[in-house]
Amino acid sequence: MKARVYVMPKAGVLDPQGKAISHALEGLGFAGVNDVRAGKVIELDLTETDPAKAKSAAEDMARKLLANTVIESFRVELA
Amino acid sequence: MKAAIVVFPGTNRERDMRIALKRVTGRDPLMLFHREELPKGLDLVVLAGGFSYGDYLRCGAMAAQSPVMKDIKDFAAKGGHILGVCNGFQILIEAGLLPGGLLRNASLRFLSMDCHMRVERAGTAFTSRWQKGAVFRAPMAHGDGNYFADDATLDRLEGEGLVAFRYTDENGTVTEAANRNGSARNIAGILSPNLRICGLMPHPEDLVDPLMGGTDGLPMFESLAEAFTAA
Repeated sequence: MKARVYVMPKAGVLDPQGKAISHALEGLGFAGVNDVRAGKVIELDLTETDPAKAKSAAEDMARKLLANTVIESFRVELA
Repeated sequence: MKAAIVVFPGTNRERDMRIALKRVTGRDPLMLFHREELPKGLDLVVLAGGFSYGDYLRCGAMAAQSPVMKDIKDFAAKGGHILGVCNGFQILIEAGLLPGGLLRNASLRFLSMDCHMRVERAGTAFTSRWQKGAVFRAPMAHGDGNYFADDATLDRLEGEGLVAFRYTDENGTVTEAANRNGSARNIAGILSPNLRICGLMPHPEDLVDPLMGGTDGLPMFESLAEAFTAA
């Protein structure tokens, strides 16, 4: 079973990368971009076949390693 | 003083740290590869700068999971002294030994330049040779040194006197311009509640000899040597 972990800078945490991307989009002439936040996606291929267990395992992994919950939030989706 | 410097794959400032420690103690610190066990009887463990594990995932995140870190957490729990500089600071934070997080520099630029810091907490094993309010210069070289913590944590750090160093101008004034990486409240270095773990982004170990261009960083190592003279 595959799980996708989305890791994003927490609301209120400065995201200079997102800001830089926003400026670059503006420079390319894309109008109407209010804000950009940049995070990362981590794909996990798990042996677990039970969706609830797989999700809970992925969340545990996110809390312990994949995200730093002081500065990042995460969300797990099963694929 | 019996000191060990931990070397992870990608650590690159361990020899600078060795020079600084040897200068004040006259003896070579132990260089410990991350797969080795932490020997007993150490006074000080140092996590040096560099780019451990290629900064994969987040700076310091991989090293924080390295086997030797379990020993280092035990060492910390028993009241051992730990110094983390630059990537070492990032590792201490990722290991949960110091609070907060280190974000990408606000400018998005890698900063390789000197900065000035003001000593906010004197009288610790890391800072006893300075007076509170003393200003010193140190080189910095990092891409992710933007200290972040929520307001409650920042208030606690300040209230309990756990801010060790703050970025200032050369006169010791806290200014936005002096805060090159964008750290919350100009914080450059912090201490654990028992004052035995210290992490900071700039490199005092790189200014410990007139041949390096100055000795501004020497008091940190003299403080440590003095704290462990009996050992």
